[in-house]
Amino acid sequence: MGSNADNQASNARHATPTPLTGAEIVWATLVGEGVTDVFGYPGGAILPVYDALRKFPIHHTLVRHEQGAAHMADGYARASGKVGVAVATSGPGATNLVTGIATAMLDSIPVVCITGNVSSKVLGTDAFQEVDITGITLPVTKHNFLVSKTEDIAPALRLAFQIAQSGRPGPVLVDITKDAQQGTAIFDFAAAKPKAYRPHPMLHVDEAGLEKAAELIRNSKQPVILAGHGISESGAMDQVRALAERTQIPVALTLLGLGAFPASHPLNLGMMGMHGEVWVNDAIQNADLLIACGMRFDDRVTGKLASYATKAKKIHIEIDPAEINKNVKADVALVGDLREVLEELLPRIAGRDGTAWLKTIAASKGESAVHDIKNLPDSGHLYAAHVVHDLWRLTAGEAIVVTDVGQHQMWEAQYFHHEEPRSLVTSGGLGTMGFALPAAIGAKTARPAKEVWVIAGDGGFQMTAAELSTIVQEGLKINIAIINNGYLGMVRQWQEFFYERNYESTPLVSPDFVKLADAHGIAGLAVKTRSEVESAVTAARKAPGAFLLNFMVEKEDSVYPMIPVGSALHEMIRRPGKNPLIESSKDN
Amino acid sequence: MKHTFVAYVEDLPGVLTRVASLFRRLNININSLTVGRSERPGLSRLTLVCEASAEAGDRIRASLFKLENVVDVDDIAQAPSVTRELALIKVAATPRNRAQIFDLVEVFRARIVDLTSESLMIEMTGVESKIEGLIEVLREDEGRILEICRSGKMTMRRGHHTSSVLKAMGAGSDERPLPEIDLADEHAAVEPD
Repeated sequence: MGSNADNQASNARHATPTPLTGAEIVWATLVGEGVTDVFGYPGGAILPVYDALRKFPIHHTLVRHEQGAAHMADGYARASGKVGVAVATSGPGATNLVTGIATAMLDSIPVVCITGNVSSKVLGTDAFQEVDITGITLPVTKHNFLVSKTEDIAPALRLAFQIAQSGRPGPVLVDITKDAQQGTAIFDFAAAKPKAYRPHPMLHVDEAGLEKAAELIRNSKQPVILAGHGISESGAMDQVRALAERTQIPVALTLLGLGAFPASHPLNLGMMGMHGEVWVNDAIQNADLLIACGMRFDDRVTGKLASYATKAKKIHIEIDPAEINKNVKADVALVGDLREVLEELLPRIAGRDGTAWLKTIAASKGESAVHDIKNLPDSGHLYAAHVVHDLWRLTAGEAIVVTDVGQHQMWEAQYFHHEEPRSLVTSGGLGTMGFALPAAIGAKTARPAKEVWVIAGDGGFQMTAAELSTIVQEGLKINIAIINNGYLGMVRQWQEFFYERNYESTPLVSPDFVKLADAHGIAGLAVKTRSEVESAVTAARKAPGAFLLNFMVEKEDSVYPMIPVGSALHEMIRRPGKNPLIESSKDN
Repeated sequence: MKHTFVAYVEDLPGVLTRVASLFRRLNININSLTVGRSERPGLSRLTLVCEASAEAGDRIRASLFKLENVVDVDDIAQAPSVTRELALIKVAATPRNRAQIFDLVEVFRARIVDLTSESLMIEMTGVESKIEGLIEVLREDEGRILEICRSGKMTMRRGHHTSSVLKAMGAGSDERPLPEIDLADEHAAVEPD
């Protein structure tokens, strides 16, 4: 943001050093950093900040629970690439943020959370609504600050913005005592600029490493590019595409990588890992070279490490030195910003013929592709995969989809084909149920011109359903698809596969979601058959306001294929052909 | 294996918690930790010793760097270096049996820094094994040791060595090759004054 922020600041009202209250300094600094929207919930210890809000050109969305504020800031950041901002009071307001902060931490999302705290004189006395939020959030923030002096507010906030966005992004919390908010200090935005970012001696891209990487690529017969979240964070979409196209190397994506390489591209294999297609994981297992671009070899991606891609050399391009050799040993580690590294690497790479390897992979698709649900005609059953596939088709794949966590999330990843980065907003690392609805509010706020769809399960939706009234209060056009199977579906699936179908505590009673939406003034429809899907989705898209679709899908459907935890990537549970609950040729 | 990390950290509240918390999260016990002012205003220098696998060294160093308040980290590993520890040992001693302890202190090149009719305090600086040696001998008389206070280890590389970070911060940059050092010397019970 750097110079842009400084330009905006010089245009802002407080370009010259001016005495302001701490509360005013909070907003003036945010304005200077280019912030236009924040998500929050007022309370005693943050009241001075709220009192000053009306003087500043910042839109505040009142949430229904502070977890929602953190998820909204997160969704805002994921959809736009800008820093998301959440505001909460001390004590319970601050602790309610924690799940949202951890969600942003695990997925490297730039978020700044501002909390009020009790006056500095009573810090540590168990004063009313006092918690040690910097202590609590220490392991789930990239950094945090406790600010107890008015003059420290602007430098701390500016540093928070720098830290949130630099290197591997992440959430930063700034806890400001009430007396610091109430005090007065000279506000000088320019003077509060953080000093140049400290050099990181472990960022390391040298001639030898680049040459070695180029040589490995030149000599490989069966290479695969592993495309991760770092591509969109670094803005390296063009460079990854150039690398793939020039070398004819196929691209497998992580969940958070989806969209960073176009789904329709002939070199796109699709998602890798636990619920990736068999041919994608087989390609990785049979590869002689993996080029990991901005990904961290998460356990959901590698399966059993000892048998992961044993024949392959690994080139790991990654900005966080702590990720190198963490799970998978790199033969060449290029530690730096992905776009910059690829720009240095590309001139050393010549065209190569990848036909034979691509043919081998294409041939291995065979059976799996046939059983793929989208290729089968309507059987009268309503499957979640149908719903997602139809949503993709009817929105021409151009919507921003915000998912919750569970089976529907995996079906979304399999059947909604993302062409653009930042078009899928999903909690990958932490797997936070309840993420979708608030994160969608953040995404829609950031990109109001975009069509936004929530896809959530009946379980996760109920965790944060209170934010429906936030949608109404903000007048947001958000479409909601609930994939309702009456179970905590992914847990039920694990019980089916690994716990002898002991469905303990997974059957789930839910309210009538259409009536619930109605109570909020949101229109809705229940959908029970595949033939109704198209008209329902069309009705939702045409409606002027938010719309909720309650898809009553098959109850005991499972996500296939699947790598059982602790198994190797090639030991996948395949799509069954004969189980009547599972789509198969029998359903024709 | 034993890892020794030397780090420059900002001299601010909570920084030690951040460092300690990293090891807590990795479930690694910190064997020894010393912190004090460094040659740079605003920066403290710490020496941290822990037991972890050989491969863990790089990742711990990288994770320490991820802490915003950590400015520089050196993994001393097998590099030639000097490690010292300070111990204060209070022992029961009467005028009748003092002489024996005076002899011990002489042999171990320690110092008496406090003397009363019933006790005396020994100050000893050296490598761990030397301090352990003195304690062991003192323990031969049961009940003689009243208190032991040990500083934990402080480590500094031998020779002229400046990290890229400190250079970038303006430290002297003419890096000369390390002088040949007899590593046995590391454990010798020879103390500078």
